[in-house]
Amino acid sequence: MENFQYILPEIFISVSIMLFLLIGVFKKNSASLIYNISNISLVILLSLIINLSSLDSIYLFNNSYLIDNLSNYMKIMLVGSGIFVMLTGSKYIQVINLNKIEYPILILSSILGMMIMISSNDLIVFYMGLELQSLALYVLASFNRDNLLSTESGLKYFVLSALSSGLLLYGCSLTYGFSESTNFDQILINSTEFNYGTTFGIVFILVGLAFKISAVPFHMWAPDVYQGSPTSVTLFFAILPKIAALSVFIKFLYTPFANMNDQWQTIIVFISIASMIFGAVAAIGQKNLKRLIAYSSISHMGYALAGLSTVSNQGIQSSITYISIYLVMNLAFFSCLFMLKRNDKYYEDIEDLSGLSKKHPVLSFSLLIVLFSLAGIPPLAGFFAKFYVFLSVIEQSMYFLAIVGLLATVVAAFYYLRIIKIIYFDPEKEEYETSHNLGLKITLAISTIFILAYFMYPSGITEIVSKITMI
Amino acid sequence: MNFPILSSLILLPTIGALFILFTKSSSGKYQSSKYVALFITLANFLLSLYLWHVFDKNSVDFQFVENREWLSGFINYKVGIDGISILFVILTTFITPICIISVNATIKNRLKDFLIAILIMETFMIGVFCSLDLVVFYLFFEAGLIPMFLIIGIWGGERRVYSAFKFFLYTLLGSVLMLVAIIAIYWITGTTDVEKLYELGVQVEYQNLLWLAFFSSFAVKTPMWPVHTWLPDAHVEAPTVGSVLLAAILLKMAGYGFIRFSLGLFPIASENFTMLVYVLSLIAIIYTSLVALMQEDMKKLIAYSSVAHMGFVTLGIFTMTQQGIEGSIFQMISHGLVSAALFLSVGVVYERHHTRLINKYGGLVSIMPRYAIVFMVFTLGALGLPGTTGFIGEFLILMGAFEKNILVAMIASLGVILGAAYMLWLFKRVVFGEMNNHELKGMKDLKTFEIITLSALVIPILFFGFYPEPLMNSIEASVENTLNMYNFDLINNLASKD
Repeated sequence: MENFQYILPEIFISVSIMLFLLIGVFKKNSASLIYNISNISLVILLSLIINLSSLDSIYLFNNSYLIDNLSNYMKIMLVGSGIFVMLTGSKYIQVINLNKIEYPILILSSILGMMIMISSNDLIVFYMGLELQSLALYVLASFNRDNLLSTESGLKYFVLSALSSGLLLYGCSLTYGFSESTNFDQILINSTEFNYGTTFGIVFILVGLAFKISAVPFHMWAPDVYQGSPTSVTLFFAILPKIAALSVFIKFLYTPFANMNDQWQTIIVFISIASMIFGAVAAIGQKNLKRLIAYSSISHMGYALAGLSTVSNQGIQSSITYISIYLVMNLAFFSCLFMLKRNDKYYEDIEDLSGLSKKHPVLSFSLLIVLFSLAGIPPLAGFFAKFYVFLSVIEQSMYFLAIVGLLATVVAAFYYLRIIKIIYFDPEKEEYETSHNLGLKITLAISTIFILAYFMYPSGITEIVSKITMI
Repeated sequence: MNFPILSSLILLPTIGALFILFTKSSSGKYQSSKYVALFITLANFLLSLYLWHVFDKNSVDFQFVENREWLSGFINYKVGIDGISILFVILTTFITPICIISVNATIKNRLKDFLIAILIMETFMIGVFCSLDLVVFYLFFEAGLIPMFLIIGIWGGERRVYSAFKFFLYTLLGSVLMLVAIIAIYWITGTTDVEKLYELGVQVEYQNLLWLAFFSSFAVKTPMWPVHTWLPDAHVEAPTVGSVLLAAILLKMAGYGFIRFSLGLFPIASENFTMLVYVLSLIAIIYTSLVALMQEDMKKLIAYSSVAHMGFVTLGIFTMTQQGIEGSIFQMISHGLVSAALFLSVGVVYERHHTRLINKYGGLVSIMPRYAIVFMVFTLGALGLPGTTGFIGEFLILMGAFEKNILVAMIASLGVILGAAYMLWLFKRVVFGEMNNHELKGMKDLKTFEIITLSALVIPILFFGFYPEPLMNSIEASVENTLNMYNFDLINNLASKD
């Protein structure tokens, strides 16, 4: 029990979840209260994790739980963006009548699940965390249960996710069967020789993980779920599960399967290229902003995976940098989306942005910055994200991947430009409300300034993540 | 450490833009922000003149170099200028205030946003010419797309959306390959610092591919045939000031890039691809001149003439002779002045009569004598009459071309004749002839601010046309050095083959 202090964050959040559930059951009309204290508990959680982050790698519970630089950084990103997600969405869920006690509790449980995923060093622990976060996400996706689209998206996500979990489990059992252990380090030691069983295991596990980060060809759920879910949940979907899944991706590829990189490298390269191209092309015809951002996230995941496919520390670090910048851009984008409110109704079609720049110059300017950054135009943060990825990709002489990826950015630039065109060049429509809650404004301000000023100190994130070494 | 004069040049317009952004301007006309912008750009111009004054013309090294750590140790923010870049910096700082003065003629709405866009644009343009690191260069080169996209798209003509998209996507497509090449250079040589790369050189086996990647970017930006089609669209739809910036400065980035990077970093590849550039340049000169003859829209005609003039520039650069390269730089400066002036002149009549179609005009000389005079100077400058800057550039380029390849030079000389043909015909149709269109009668001659801007352009065109020495002096040493390095590399390469 002497290692108890190291999992203090996880214990704290579990206790909070149970406590909030009790409060919610026994105290009437406590939804707002729980929402607020959940947010406070996330802040405490963040400080607890930061407190641990100075430590070296620590193995817990018979080596099945690992706390190291990677897990700490990813947890900080996870909880930090969780706080902002809660901050930005607070007004939204009140307006569309979703302010129920379950909402913050589900978010907290899913964050707990992701934290377990990120720290897991064992197939069974990993699966437990994965299912905890997925179960919470199924409910969140269909949280607006009077809305047909929301219910559909929850069901769709549930069915497809269950399928992918099945595949993942099959892969885990194959891996266990052929490498005689569920522990990641043990699998690494036992899988020095090539065998078909483990290779199949890898393929199935990668399929399951690719589903979680919505990489092509396992992306089918993303557009529908993004569009159908309440916007605050979409923001959650766009950021947090991606962080967790990417960190698990890194972990699987570079711990248990590190010896088999010649087996999985081609798969990752293929998934990466397919995601980049598909995400860029499919987004062109979209009319709904949330659906569009779903496709855009597919292509962004392609770039993050491109970094992973390099089999180098630099590549891993570039992927982590990429996802960090990606989450800031998404926060900024969705903050703008939350501001498109008129008479208690939120607007989410691209056409609703028409002529926005005339009445709302600041909001349009933020959107302009975010969209150019998403398109990867210098000197904005999104460019540096891509730059680091391609720096590591070209270091390994993977020119094909680099050229295809950069050409895909040109295609992607088209649909981002289309939104900018609608904001700036088209005739204006009705005005939107201008009073917004403070959390939303702060989030938008911080994220926009981050994107805009990133070029002044572009190695900031890189220096932090350079501690994360897997090879 | 000395005063960081180049960084101030780069940053000053941005500071001005921030100032305009955060100050509430008086009344609906936003006059105050215009004066702020004018003040800032004039200060920048004076600063660049001071820079020219203290610039050591005989030195071949980069001067005023600033080197700051930027991307944690492996890529530095490095700026500096030599004889090749200084004139472009001055051209940029000279053209921008003229643009700001001309603003009130053409921009009716959202003046404040427009001024901010121009000032930000100036930052990026100066940055391109000063940067001595490939990544920094790429950053400025690409970032310029954002304000230009907005300038065309918000304040442009009817088909502005199409043109803005075409401009952005064409240029981006060309540039991403350059990014791949830049990163590849980093891994091949271990640095993206231009000065160090000049010393180290890039291995011969990589040069051809890298050259092509850079070429794809510069060819779109120049623009060279057959990827020039974005230019007429962008020019026609952009507001007058946007066209001026585009023609006078943005196009020069590519020509500068050819000299600085294609020649400087990949000499052997440049030698290999010389014929390709010759052919494309000749097609640009002849074909686009013929196309220009057939245009009915004034701006389109000037846009095509820009393509032809830039054809001369690329031809001159790849002659790899002292005259050719000096001529190319001179031609770029000259074209920067002349095309800016021509677009402003078109803007003058467009603002009064709201059409750019040539056949709607005629006989302007009788009602706008002053306009007729300045327009004539610009026309003669564009066709390269001796006594204007246009002549010296073309003459030197052709001299260089004759030295290397007589056939090429002869075909290119045809371009001069064609250039005279379409420019004079344009002038004749607009200014001379009978005035059939009675609506024209009400047109007033030049206003004060138009006289200021246009005469500000007439003076250097004539002055440097008669006395090019000050410009040539600044260029000479650096061009000679570039060529020496180039020839040295070629000889070394031949020696290593034997």
